[in-house]
Formats: sequence, structure tokens, C-alpha cells
Amino acid sequence: MKILESKAISKYFTDPVEFQVLKDISFDVEKGEFTTLVGKSGSGKSTLLYVLSTMDTDYKGQLIIDGQLTGSMTKDELAGLRNEKIGFVFQFHYLLSDFTCLQNVMLPALKLGKLSKDEIQERAYQKLAMLGLSDQALKLSSKLSGGQQQRVAIARALINDPLIIMGDEPTGNLDSKNTRIVFDIFQELSKNYGQTIIAVTHDDDFASKSDRIIELKDGEVIRS
Amino acid sequence: MNINTQIAKTYIITNKKLTGVAVAGVVLGMSIYIFMNSMLLGFDKASSKSIFKTTPHIRVYMDDEISKPLVSSNGKQMLLVNPKIVPAKNTIINPGLVISTIQKMEEVEIVTSQVNANIFYNSGKSQITGLCSGINPEDADRMYAISSTIVEGSLGALKGNPNGILIGSGVSEKMSLRENDYVNITSSKGVNKAFKIVGIFKTNNSVIDKTKSYVNVLASQQLLKEGNVYVTDINVNIKNPDDAEKIAMQISASTGYKAEGWRQANESLMAAQRMRKIIITFVSTTILLVAGFGIYNILNMTITQKINDIAILKAMGFKGNDVVRIFVTQAVTVGVMGVIGGMIMATVIITLLQHVYVGGDIGYFPITYEVTKYIQGVVVGMVITFFAGYIPAKKAANIDPVEIFRK
Repeated sequence: MKILESKAISKYFTDPVEFQVLKDISFDVEKGEFTTLVGKSGSGKSTLLYVLSTMDTDYKGQLIIDGQLTGSMTKDELAGLRNEKIGFVFQFHYLLSDFTCLQNVMLPALKLGKLSKDEIQERAYQKLAMLGLSDQALKLSSKLSGGQQQRVAIARALINDPLIIMGDEPTGNLDSKNTRIVFDIFQELSKNYGQTIIAVTHDDDFASKSDRIIELKDGEVIRS
Repeated sequence: MNINTQIAKTYIITNKKLTGVAVAGVVLGMSIYIFMNSMLLGFDKASSKSIFKTTPHIRVYMDDEISKPLVSSNGKQMLLVNPKIVPAKNTIINPGLVISTIQKMEEVEIVTSQVNANIFYNSGKSQITGLCSGINPEDADRMYAISSTIVEGSLGALKGNPNGILIGSGVSEKMSLRENDYVNITSSKGVNKAFKIVGIFKTNNSVIDKTKSYVNVLASQQLLKEGNVYVTDINVNIKNPDDAEKIAMQISASTGYKAEGWRQANESLMAAQRMRKIIITFVSTTILLVAGFGIYNILNMTITQKINDIAILKAMGFKGNDVVRIFVTQAVTVGVMGVIGGMIMATVIITLLQHVYVGGDIGYFPITYEVTKYIQGVVVGMVITFFAGYIPAKKAANIDPVEIFRK
């Protein structure tokens, strides 16, 4: 089943001079696939990820997520789609420092508002336990180590059981031990839970272990 | 609790210092706003009160007339090259009818005729110029509350005593006159008459205390060598003094005499009052606006600090409106706390000032708890805080998360 379809996506930067950063990119991602986007700096892989994430709407072509054509949706509809169907993990954890880990994990689910607060809390505990952080739940997120923070961010990305998890260099700031932990989590999510993962990475080792590599060069797909 | 409110609450609690400063600003602005506006109203009330001690709401009189430049007499047209005031009598013809006409009007409360005469007080060799008002004691008391200013004798003794007189405390001091003494009065028409002092009044307005006296209408008509239908002024009090000008126009139209409201009669005082109002409104609103700028600044700072939080919230599916709500909730919370604190502080300041003695005919500082000004302050304060929050919040809502993540 196709979960994400990219049809002839092109994107231009106009500042300082017009420059085509993505050139007619077309590919599909199947449900449960662990895909990595690789390429040299400036190849457009991060730009592509942000287009796929629906946060960047300034592009040409078609993006279909879970059968929905996103081009015709409003910003608020896209926000709702992200809330329900996409989880994000970035190079930097982007946790809200004034909140505890548990609260951080609960936020997207509270926004979605499908479950009661107690149920959400229960789920958040489960996600944190799965990532080995149950003892850190009530600490302020700013009090944790970098590796732990990144795992809290992953737990937050998982809370709504999204169809797709998108990562922008999710291991970029981590040491090799934590990198391995994060990779194992991703692999488990795609194998055991059928979640689709699309991650941009610089780490060839990380990419080589994934199911599928899409390589970009100068805004074009050269391997997929 | 809604998730947006919860985030706003957390930001307020974790930023206690900033919140405190913003609240303090609103408290100060709010309290000064309420206090200054209450003071303004108090001043206005005190000054109209002191005006009404000697001035009726509406005065009806015969205005001086200028002679017409073209006159026809005996079939000839004559041209006057220097028209002047006609030396006619300043008297109201058929005052009884005029009074009953005015009395029929709905808003009118008291109508009384008055005859004023310029006089000299003589006692032995000393002589003071003054003004003698011929009044109907009962009506005049209702109009000016004369009996509340009496320090010796009584107003009642004037009733039915055509030779009685009430004099100001200044006159009594200068001529060392007491109750039951006699004072000789000479009018501008040369009439000499001895009056028995039945009372002394003190208004704390020294000009009035040193010149004015009250006698019966009849006595003052005698001083002017006039009969008992001679009336120069008809004084009218109405239910709501603020309508004076409107009703004066109606009276003018229905009687044909000039009717003048108290504001017209005290134009310079009114001008001072208007000026005071402009200054106080300007200053108090500015102070409240400055408090608004405080909130604006602090919220802007919070947004700069929390720019990463905003980006990730938007990535997670928070809409622009959610972000606006988070920060507007913060601003409004600060506003509500500040407004409540400001009302308490304003009440404290007003209570303290009510006990400050300023003297004169004012006595204690003329300020009261003006509910309308409290309400006005709350509304203005909340509107300012809302916009002080909304503008930066709108900016936060427009943050593009991609730009933040790609840095």
C-alpha cells in the first residue's frame, strides 16, 4: 500500500538568485518501509523532506499522503493532517523546556483530543517505557542528557501512532551508542508496528542498514 | 483544561519574574487611570456644587435691547446712525404668568423670582458696597440651601419680616454686626432703610461672604423704588442640571425672555473644567497605554525565547489560531491580574485621599468611588492588554517552522 507519493515535485529558491533546488522528483513510499534520504550537502534532501512533511507548501508537483492530495488543503487542514498522521524527529530535540518529559510526549495527543487525558497519560507512559525512559517521565525535559532528550522526542513523535515518522538527521547530534539505540527503535517501529519512516541522514552506516535508500544529487534522484 | 490554555499557564508560571513586572505595570496604569478619572469627576461635582450655592440652573431675565437703526414715526422713516441700548427697564412684565408658564414644564423643579439691588451697608461711619438679593426665603432655600450655611440666627426669621436681613459673615465681621443689630442700607436709587439682622451666613467663598445679603423680595423692591410686580430675575432649578442649556432654550422660546443655563453663566469655569478633563484623560490614558507597551514588550520577548517551541508546536499540528490563543491567553491573564490589582490599589488611593483636608469651601478632597470610572477602566485596560497580546501573538502565529528547523 502506498502511503506517500511524490509526483514530479520541483522547487525553486528565488533568493538571492533563482535556483532550482528540486527537479521533478517522483517516488512512492510503501507502508512500513524504513527509507533514508541521503546525499551531499546542498543536494536538496532536507528541502525535500520539508516538502514531504507538508510544512513547506511552496513547490510544484503533487504530494499524496495516505491517499489525500495535499496541494489543495489549507494550512490549518495540513496542520491537522500532521497532527494525526506524521511524527517528527529532528537533529535537535525541540522539547519544550518548561514542561516535563511526560507532558512533552502528551502534547500532540492532547492537541488531537481523541482520547481522555488519563488515557493519553497512560499511553505516554507506555511510549516512554518502550524507549527506556519511564524513570525520567516527571523530570523537566531540560534536565535530561542529549541521548535521553532525543528518545523523548521520538516518544512524542509516536504518541498519536502516526502513519509516517519523518526524521531530519535524527542521529546527527548523538554519539555512536545513542545512534545505535535510535536506529534500533526505528527498525523495530517499521518491522513490528508497521510504521513508515523517512529519515534524512549523513550517516552512511545508518543509511546502509535501512530498507531503502533514496539518494539525491543536485536536486535529482539518482538512486531509489 | 484546553491544551492551549495549559501551555499558556505553564509559560506564565515558569516566567514568574516577567509576568510579575507586566502585572505591576498594569496595576499601576490601571490604578492611576481609575484614580485620576474619579478625581476629575469629584472636582467637577465639587465645582458645580459650589456654583449652585449662588447660581440657579437657569436664570431668566430681560436682556438689554439695542435700538433699531430704522424707525418709522409719523409716516417718516428715520435712520439712527448710532444705535444704542434702549434705556428700557430691565423688568419682566407680568412675572406671575411667566412663572406659571415655566412651572408647567415637566423637568422644572423650583421657580422663584428674585430682585437684585446694588447697595451700600452703612453702620456709623463705615460703608461697604454690596449686593442685596430680594428673595422668597422658602424657594431660595430649596435652591441654594441657604439654611445650611447659616452660622447665627435662622432663615425662618426672614419669612414674614419685611425688615429682616441675612448678611454674609464677612460683612458682619467688618462692621462688627451681630444678630438682632440694625444695619442701614442705601440703594443705588438713594433709598435709605434700616434692616434688622435676623441671621448671618458663611459660604466659605470670601467674595460672597463679604458682599452679599438676602432680604425679602418686597424689601428689595422698595430699595429700588419699584412696585411689587417688579422682578428682574426668575430663577429656575431643574431635575437634571446637565440639561440646563436645552431647557433654557425651551424657556426662552415659550416666554420670550432670555434664559441662560448655568454653564453659559460660568463660561470661564466651564473652560477650566474642560481643560482639566482633556489633560487628565490624556495623562491617564497614556499611563494605561504605557502599561500596554509593557505587556507587548514582555510578550515579544517571550515569543523570541520560545521561538523553537512555537516551531515544534506548529510542526506537531498546532494551527496558527492555537498559537495566537496561547499568547493572547497569557496577555489576558496578565491583564486580568493587573486590572484586579489596579482596582484594589485605586480603592486604597481614593480612600486615603478622602481623608486629606484641603480647606476652603471644598473641605475634604472631593473624590468618591466612581463605579462608572472603574468599569471604564476595566474595559479600556482589557482592550489595551488584548491588543498588546494579539499583535505579537499574530507575529508568532506566522512563524514558518521550516525556517527555524533549518537554522
